[in-house]
Amino acid sequence: MNASQPRQLVIGVALFLGLGADLWGSGRVEPPVTRQAVVAHYCKLVYASYQESAQAGLVLAKRIEALLALPSAETMQAAREAWLQTRIPYLQTEAFRFCDGPIDAIEGRINAWPIDENYVDYTVDGPSAGIIAAVDRYPTISRGLLVALNEKEGEKNISTGFHAIEFLLWGQDLNETGPGSRSHQDYAVQGGAKHAARRGEYLRITARLLVEDLESLVAAWAPGKSDNYRARFLSLEADEALSAILKGLGSLSGPELSGERLTVPYETKEQEDEHSCFSDNTHNDFIGNVLGIQNVYLGRYVRLDGKMVSGPSLRDLLARFDASLAERLKVEIQASLDAAKAVPAPFDQAIRGKDSSPGRLAIKKLLKATLAQTESISKAAAALSLRLKL
Amino acid sequence: MRLFPPLRSLVLLGFALGSADLQGEDGLALLRGGDKELVGGATTVFDDTANAFSLPIRNLSEEHRAAFFVGNSFFKKNWVMSTASTSARDGLGPLFNARSCSSCHFRDGRGRPPEDGEPMSTMLLRISLPGRSAHGAPRPHEVYGDQIQGFSTGQLPAEASVLVHYQVSEGHYADGETYKLRRPVYSLADLGYGPVGTNLLVSGRVAPAVLGLGLLEAVEDQALRKLEDPEGRRSSDGISGRLNQVWSLELSRMVIGRFGWKAEQPTVRQQVAAAFLGDMGLTTSLFERPNQTSQQQLLDQGFSESGPEVSDRILADVVTYSKTLAVPARRKPNDPVVLRGERLFHQIGCAQCHVPSLQTGASAGMPELGGQTIYPYTDLLLHDMGEGLADGRPTFEASGNEWRTPPLWGLGLLSKVNGHTFLLHDGRARGIAEALLWHGGEAQSVRERFVQLPKEDRAALLTFIESL
Repeated sequence: MNASQPRQLVIGVALFLGLGADLWGSGRVEPPVTRQAVVAHYCKLVYASYQESAQAGLVLAKRIEALLALPSAETMQAAREAWLQTRIPYLQTEAFRFCDGPIDAIEGRINAWPIDENYVDYTVDGPSAGIIAAVDRYPTISRGLLVALNEKEGEKNISTGFHAIEFLLWGQDLNETGPGSRSHQDYAVQGGAKHAARRGEYLRITARLLVEDLESLVAAWAPGKSDNYRARFLSLEADEALSAILKGLGSLSGPELSGERLTVPYETKEQEDEHSCFSDNTHNDFIGNVLGIQNVYLGRYVRLDGKMVSGPSLRDLLARFDASLAERLKVEIQASLDAAKAVPAPFDQAIRGKDSSPGRLAIKKLLKATLAQTESISKAAAALSLRLKL
Repeated sequence: MRLFPPLRSLVLLGFALGSADLQGEDGLALLRGGDKELVGGATTVFDDTANAFSLPIRNLSEEHRAAFFVGNSFFKKNWVMSTASTSARDGLGPLFNARSCSSCHFRDGRGRPPEDGEPMSTMLLRISLPGRSAHGAPRPHEVYGDQIQGFSTGQLPAEASVLVHYQVSEGHYADGETYKLRRPVYSLADLGYGPVGTNLLVSGRVAPAVLGLGLLEAVEDQALRKLEDPEGRRSSDGISGRLNQVWSLELSRMVIGRFGWKAEQPTVRQQVAAAFLGDMGLTTSLFERPNQTSQQQLLDQGFSESGPEVSDRILADVVTYSKTLAVPARRKPNDPVVLRGERLFHQIGCAQCHVPSLQTGASAGMPELGGQTIYPYTDLLLHDMGEGLADGRPTFEASGNEWRTPPLWGLGLLSKVNGHTFLLHDGRARGIAEALLWHGGEAQSVRERFVQLPKEDRAALLTFIESL
């Protein structure tokens, strides 16, 4: 193709300049970061991130089994902590969404939100609401049933995934100062709440489905396979793969994070528009999302045990073409991360009040920071001469 | 939101270079260069995933950004019946078809008709009696109104369940390949308010995809009037085409109809408000009275002292959202098979009604939508589509045989977004070929030419339409 010749020329010039800088700077020749190397390392990051999510999900499923075997305040709390722990790696993986990868096919049953809780179980306004109480309509709670009902006839009719489990572990958040406080009695089959056995079965199935789905993502990105998604991704033209990677970052950063997750609750001030509204964990969701973007940009992932996976990064690649943009984006992502960490919990209280309240100011700051980094992500794509599809 | 603005020039350059040799030798006005991809002009977004219909226009201004996302939230959310603890999302019913917009317009896309015996959920049945009411609108049934609402909040009985049965007929192309077409026959069960009588007119309506509505609204009246040809003088096929004239609630006069399967709504705002009322039982400042007839006991007055159930602010945000949902760029517009199909599309006459290109005027209040060359593949005119498709239910100027040319943009992504390719107003067509085979009336000779095409040409034509 004729059109690609000018780009090769550009790369050639950049290579020459990059090499020169290294020779003068450190006095030793670093191999220049290639597009292929960035793509290959991205696969490692994705794999490590899903692996940790699946492992944490497995702990969650086990803790849920323990809760159902012996419902108590302690087993309930242990399950909640496992859910929160699973969110840490998972939220970072959202940077891998929005580019037609394996996650995009099943994301709706892993993390769809906001959930209409009375689609699943009782609420204060609907004491007999939800699939769990619908004994006549759905005599048996099964994996097939819950999968079929997910997102059926409405984007808020969510029956599976993190937020269904979240609701089943915490219940409605009716507390101003803390999260929902569902009683473990809801799972006590003998002498406990109505439909406890069905509720338990529902929770067990959704937890297992979550693990199953997360494990399928691990398999899709596993190294050394010839027929999985990773193999196909690596066989793409490097620019096509890079476009997908940047599209994921831009989509999470822009429409998803700054739009749906921040602008909407900021404008409506409604708890209902909050991402993790039952557990009051939304502030951590923001941190996880920005961290996910930072991981991809810096080519690194910090495991739950503190060990780091790192390698050739987008930043390194971008720096060869536009060093000041590469630095600016790094600073902007860090600013977003700092802003995310400054959002006070609980988020449903922070969104209320006057625009001058500390909570709303902090949220606005994060909102602006994510918009700024989104602009720079788009510029990065241009600097890399990508024909990005968004 | 402008996510990746600097790329535009590169994309255009790439396509201009790549398509230099594509000039048609047969004198057909095929689209050229970067235009082919940018179906919505500067508003076009680049996404071919399941999310393709859900993005804001690319050039969305900061001013409209919040409204888009808040509108999106209200588009998705389930409305609930009024409770003691009022919130921004109550007022559902008492009669309704769906709890949310996204219930039928899933991922901002298109509804799916029920299979034989399956309950109707993401489409609905319009009803009326013979004759017209004020301004030419359909004459509502005195008890059931103008639409069957299959659900209620419990304060009133639901109106009825709609059952569908498909009658299958067979035919064949000129080369002998056979096809099957299915026609829906509706019946009503569990009638909540007594018999409907023997003269009820019914028309199944699938929820259409929401994309590009603001652009279609921004096309000036004058541009559409130029496309009109009521006597069919310009077409050798005898294709006429005229605009529907409908009642504007905002202006209290007759204006051009643009939206809906019979072009029965003049603006996105009136369309959205009508859907809030008819489909979800939610009042707005446009439709202040609840959607029961005088013979359905009014338990929920809908419009209270505190105003309509959907506030003007929420209505405005949902309207902004609906107007700024972007159209996705075409895929592979310069693929040789696509180009061949595009030429056939013109040659057999599809483009006479599915007019490729329109120009938007200055769009008051939303400059992002103005001054764009767009490729919706519609003339927004009413055409007689023959007895096969007729619903026999007149709507303003539209006769029972007439339908508005639906836009074709985004059609190729339907299966990705909604997991199906059921087409036409009632979803009877199971794909593009069947939709084409249902064309009759003014489109009869175009249909005949399609049937005569060799298999490879038919496939190329469909491939072209799927590239839109």
